[in-house]
Amino acid sequence: MAHFAFEVREAGADAPRALALRGALTVQTLTRLETLLAGQPAGTATVLDLSGVEHMDTAGAWSLVRFAGRGQGVRLQGLSPRLQSLLDAVRDAMPRPDPPAPAPYGLREFLEGTGRRVASAGQLAVELSAYLGVFLARLGRAVRHPSEFRMTSLVHHCQDVGWRAVPIVALMGFLIGVVLAFQGSVQLRQFGAEVFVVELIAISILRELGILLTAIIVAGRTASAFTAAIGSMKMREEIDAMRTLGIDPAMVLFVPRILALLITLPILALIANIAGFVGGALMAWAELGISPGMFYVRLTDQISIDHAIVGFSKAPVFAVIIGVIGCHAGMRVESNTESLGRMTSAAVVAAIFAVIAADALFSVFYARVGL
Amino acid sequence: MAEDPIIRIRGLRNQFGAQVVHEDLDLDLWRGEVVGVVGGSGTGKSVLLRTIAGLRRPQAGSIEIFGKDALGCTDDERRAIDLRMGVMFQDGALFSSLTVRENVEVPLQAVPGLTPTLRHELADLKISLSGLPWFAGDKYPSELSGGMRKRAGLARAIALDPEVVFLDEPTAGLDPIGATAFDVLIRQLADSLGLTVFLVTHDLDTLHAACDRIAVLAERKVLVTGSMADMLHVDHPWVREYFHGPRSRAAIEATTRTA
Ligand SMILES: Nc1ncnc2c1ncn2[C@@H]1O[C@H](COP(=O)(O)OP(=O)(O)OP(=O)(O)O)[C@@H](O)[C@H]1O
Ligand SMILES: [Mg+2]
Repeated sequence: MAHFAFEVREAGADAPRALALRGALTVQTLTRLETLLAGQPAGTATVLDLSGVEHMDTAGAWSLVRFAGRGQGVRLQGLSPRLQSLLDAVRDAMPRPDPPAPAPYGLREFLEGTGRRVASAGQLAVELSAYLGVFLARLGRAVRHPSEFRMTSLVHHCQDVGWRAVPIVALMGFLIGVVLAFQGSVQLRQFGAEVFVVELIAISILRELGILLTAIIVAGRTASAFTAAIGSMKMREEIDAMRTLGIDPAMVLFVPRILALLITLPILALIANIAGFVGGALMAWAELGISPGMFYVRLTDQISIDHAIVGFSKAPVFAVIIGVIGCHAGMRVESNTESLGRMTSAAVVAAIFAVIAADALFSVFYARVGL
Repeated sequence: MAEDPIIRIRGLRNQFGAQVVHEDLDLDLWRGEVVGVVGGSGTGKSVLLRTIAGLRRPQAGSIEIFGKDALGCTDDERRAIDLRMGVMFQDGALFSSLTVRENVEVPLQAVPGLTPTLRHELADLKISLSGLPWFAGDKYPSELSGGMRKRAGLARAIALDPEVVFLDEPTAGLDPIGATAFDVLIRQLADSLGLTVFLVTHDLDTLHAACDRIAVLAERKVLVTGSMADMLHVDHPWVREYFHGPRSRAAIEATTRTA
């Protein structure tokens, strides 16, 4: 169907070059037509004889119009009236590009890009604190007007965020305990200080690992879930609909979610800690012959409650970080599906990073105050 | 007309459970004409469009497109038919993660041997043909107004220079000026590109301004077809109410004034 042929006639010295095209000038044959036309010597007078063209679509017409616009000496002739009107329509519609904006270059582009990135990071920090403020304000409002608070929603999110995460958190805690006991026993045995493995396990889990790793798992599970849920509502303009109906999205979407995190994260951390002790005790028993009873006695006698306080004091901060980042990323989703995926993974990365950074600050802080 | 119809539908039957939408429906589309399909809400205009476009298999009947049996053909033959048809959906159905230009390039990727640059430039041409400004090509569908999205949907539908274009309510939700401009655009494209257009609409002005022939869908079949003038003489309660209502009279007066 898409046959296409051409013939070049070099006429006498003063007569213009003639190029006869036959067959179909369509998108299917466009590449060949373009190659042929691009190969024509520029600046010479050329007559395109189109009387043999049986079929032409907008792609073919576009190619001809572009060729005709190349120089003064190009003439098109012989096109049938029907195809000629198509050619005219395409000529009228030829895209007219806007002048491109001057692109920044070199050092200037580098500086500008760096500046932009720094500014947007600052902007993000400002926005996140604004979301934190909104959350606290709505929480205060919920205390004063309990009727506006959605209890059902809170329970639902507690189940989602907390209860469903129990198996994975417990398993993780158990394995951490096992690993610490095993590594500790190998090192401590060299000094005959096996029994200190209890302190090693207890202090590292209570102060750092229990809460930190729980927060990281919750950040991966929950920040992404918050972003996806809120983002898809944003995408379908449900949040705009809420606003027009006089429902406050922050009250119904943010407060129950972040509050659920605040309630369940310490509980999950506690579960991780206990599972870690169980794992550590089992491993210590198997490797070093420290009986569970002895482990328990040493744990309660030697380990100050301060370590647990330090660990659990981080939980609310981590919970708010994860919740605010997840909700904020959800609200930044635009009305296309790709931004939903992008924001979901961005939320997870940002939440994990922020949790670790906050943990580092906590370490410095507690080292200074001497706890 | 001597030549065969470009689309011939005979005895079509569409059914959802116990609900029969079409029964014994016959319709012919001739090359180069713009057919407006009207009918009350829920009479099955969109279902008819989806059936012809191959998105839905009817329970009975035959559909011939370009002289080929569209229901009994192989998948490859069906694909070849699809490449010669373009569909603009009721709400554009643009891919939201692609820019308008990339949306228009999607069908062009089916053409072997087309370089990315050519594809890009052809997409720009289609965008311009459908009446969108240059800057629209770099925008995402969510950044366009409703009317611009419809034009972008049209640009994608005509990307491969199809012989038949199906438009589902192209002017619904547009302001009167935008709707009129769209009517003119459809008429122009049909004339200059030689398109055959199957146009579902509720808009009487579109019927006047853009359509050669009107097909009325009622009582599960194509009740009548004919020009606007023919419609005024049809003796059927729905048709009479539709074409003799106050809106219709205004539309007819408007066209006679401008004519
Ligand atoms: N997927 C489906 N499942 C069940 N019933 C359907 C389905 N699609 C359409 N219908 C039914 O078929 C009938 C015709 O629907 P269709 O969408 O074609 O109406 P329409 O003529 O396009 O109306 P409108 O003018 O409102 O767009 C309706 O009664 C609808 O309920
Ligand atoms: Mg419909």
